[in-house]
Amino acid sequence: MLGLVVFVYLPILWSVYLSFFDSYNTVTPTTFVGVGNYLDMLRDPAFRSSLLTFLAFAVFIVPTTFVLSLSAALLVARTRVMQSFFRSVFFLPTACSYVVAALIWKMSIFSGIRSGLANAVLGWFGIESIPWLSLADPPWYWLVIVTARLWLQVGFYMILFLAGIQRISPTLYEAAAIDGAEGWKVFRHITLPQLRATSTAVLLLLLINAFQAFDEFYNILSTFGTYPPYARPPLVYLYYTALGSGQDFGHGSAGAVILTLIIAVVAVVQGRILRLGDRGD
Amino acid sequence: MSDKQIGRPLGPALGPTLTRRSLFALGGAAAVTGALAACGSNTGREPTATGGATGGGGGGVTLNQWYHQYGEAGTQQAVERYAAAYKDATVKVSWKPGDYDQSTAASLLTDAGPDVFEYGNGPTIDMIKGDQVVDLTDLLGDTKDDFNPSILKRMTYDGKTYAIPQVVDMQLLVYRRSLLDKAGVTPPQTVDELLEAAKKLTQGNVKGLFLGNDGGAGLMGGPMLWSAGLDYLTDDNQFGFDDPRAATALGKLRELWEAKVLLLGAPKDWFDPSALTAGLTAMQFTGLWTFPDIKKGLADDFGVMAWPALDGSGKASVPVGAYGSCVSARSKNVDAAKKFVKYLWIDQTADQLDFATAYGFHIPSRTSLISQATTLKEGQAAEAAKLATDVGHAQSPILWTPKCSTAFGDAMNRIVKEGADPAGEIAKVKAVAEPELKRVLA
Repeated sequence: MLGLVVFVYLPILWSVYLSFFDSYNTVTPTTFVGVGNYLDMLRDPAFRSSLLTFLAFAVFIVPTTFVLSLSAALLVARTRVMQSFFRSVFFLPTACSYVVAALIWKMSIFSGIRSGLANAVLGWFGIESIPWLSLADPPWYWLVIVTARLWLQVGFYMILFLAGIQRISPTLYEAAAIDGAEGWKVFRHITLPQLRATSTAVLLLLLINAFQAFDEFYNILSTFGTYPPYARPPLVYLYYTALGSGQDFGHGSAGAVILTLIIAVVAVVQGRILRLGDRGD
Repeated sequence: MSDKQIGRPLGPALGPTLTRRSLFALGGAAAVTGALAACGSNTGREPTATGGATGGGGGGVTLNQWYHQYGEAGTQQAVERYAAAYKDATVKVSWKPGDYDQSTAASLLTDAGPDVFEYGNGPTIDMIKGDQVVDLTDLLGDTKDDFNPSILKRMTYDGKTYAIPQVVDMQLLVYRRSLLDKAGVTPPQTVDELLEAAKKLTQGNVKGLFLGNDGGAGLMGGPMLWSAGLDYLTDDNQFGFDDPRAATALGKLRELWEAKVLLLGAPKDWFDPSALTAGLTAMQFTGLWTFPDIKKGLADDFGVMAWPALDGSGKASVPVGAYGSCVSARSKNVDAAKKFVKYLWIDQTADQLDFATAYGFHIPSRTSLISQATTLKEGQAAEAAKLATDVGHAQSPILWTPKCSTAFGDAMNRIVKEGADPAGEIAKVKAVAEPELKRVLA
């Protein structure tokens, strides 16, 4: 409990405190600037663009990961042979470090030269090598980032869904079968409603995850000391301008608080829409 | 462009790696230690060295000295040996892997920080303005003119020097002689000649030029400004490149990009010589530290040159940088720490020479030592060392804050990769840089 207070709550409160001060290179600032830091951040086109990019990113990645992990869970749950093998295979990437995966994606699968895996495959069809991560247009970098992220995350959410699916009483399915329901109807009217609690939790986690994106983005797209202005998560932007070597804790904290508020608002809205906690199961 | 680009690449293959968790840990640690300090607690000054070592004679005073983790074998033992030989204090060396710049900057806010520490291109302007580092001008004495002038200027603010340069690193253009000969190309003297040369040298799977996987957006902004005879800031610290020539110069990088002569997406970026040695490119902008590997791969089949001038009225240039030794203002033994910095980085010329040349490929920061460095006596290395002294530019001025760097990097990316209008992008950088300059100069 003490650890929680000292290492979690205190830094959060301190960060909120710092966001109202001019605090370059200090965490005990003296110059109160009111909401000045917040206004600066909201006026900063680069920060606004990173927020917008990540709203768009969340709109895309949350449903995609959701559908893929639910599909994987349904397929694995249905498998009668080697179920635990498939479960493990899908889950294994979760154990992989984001940094390691990012470097493999960047340096071996999607390197720009002919010997990179993706370009080698294109080479079989006589297609010219593509420098995946160097081009801004077309934005191939999204392909690299999204595939890395899906590979890392789908297995984890699949396990959550699998646990949910296994808790659904078989009698429901038996009753449905007697009534003549099958395939999509069973999924639509039994599996999906029964998974509502799990789905809500997964959606919330995915959403928070999308806004907190940092690891794979930073490690895939940063070059030595710089990060391109596109696909730049808010946290990466704050790291470069305020919380890294910049040590501008006032603006950095203001940016972090804005980000937290956005996550909170979106999560509350989402909870309302899905009527989180209405009834259990 | 960032300070991170100079210096010995640590784990060069990987570049900077970081996770969100460690970012939060840094911020959290800074906030927590700050809070504790504010409550009157003391986090103590016990050495938390990772692979630390104690050296030295005594005198009752103990100094903590921090280094980032250098990539070359033997460097850690070397600095521990230098520390152990110092008689007037006990020097505890800490060898810090990971995000050195960020963790050091955060530690300066606390009592658990170092007494003496190195920092890329000297302390940041905010460290100086925040009174986190002490003035070291008086240590220089009459050796002042012996240090590489652009580096020393980079570590000086308002007439006061805040760091003593340790060793100089540089970036330059390296080309494969045999490929140039085969294509009938002579080393280019202007940027346009470079473009023509790169076109002729691009054949099959070999590209003409490698400026980094981002097409030079991160690396070449500074050299392009210098090639036009401009700089980030003017001598009186005003925004320095609101000029049509700057727009022309930055636009040249886009021309190179569109001509499809640039190598993009190499497995290892510009700071590693493998693109050149593996035959993926005929010319590469890279660091002096790659010379041992280039020699191994290409023997004598390579030449060096500065980044060429834009045209007749421009100038050729090479970026130079150095880790500078600084003294923390929170040190309990500021005088002893200053004395040690003077001992190691000014008086002990033999150690300085050893550190610059015995483990990797660097240039001593004192020009009088360059002639004594056997590694820099002849061939391409001697030419490189001369370029560093003659046409070296500190990567970016001390007043160019991380916020300015990010804005400039964004603009460069848009110009090079997306073909944005250079003049419009320069105006956007100016809109960020001018308030920043006003802030730091206030």
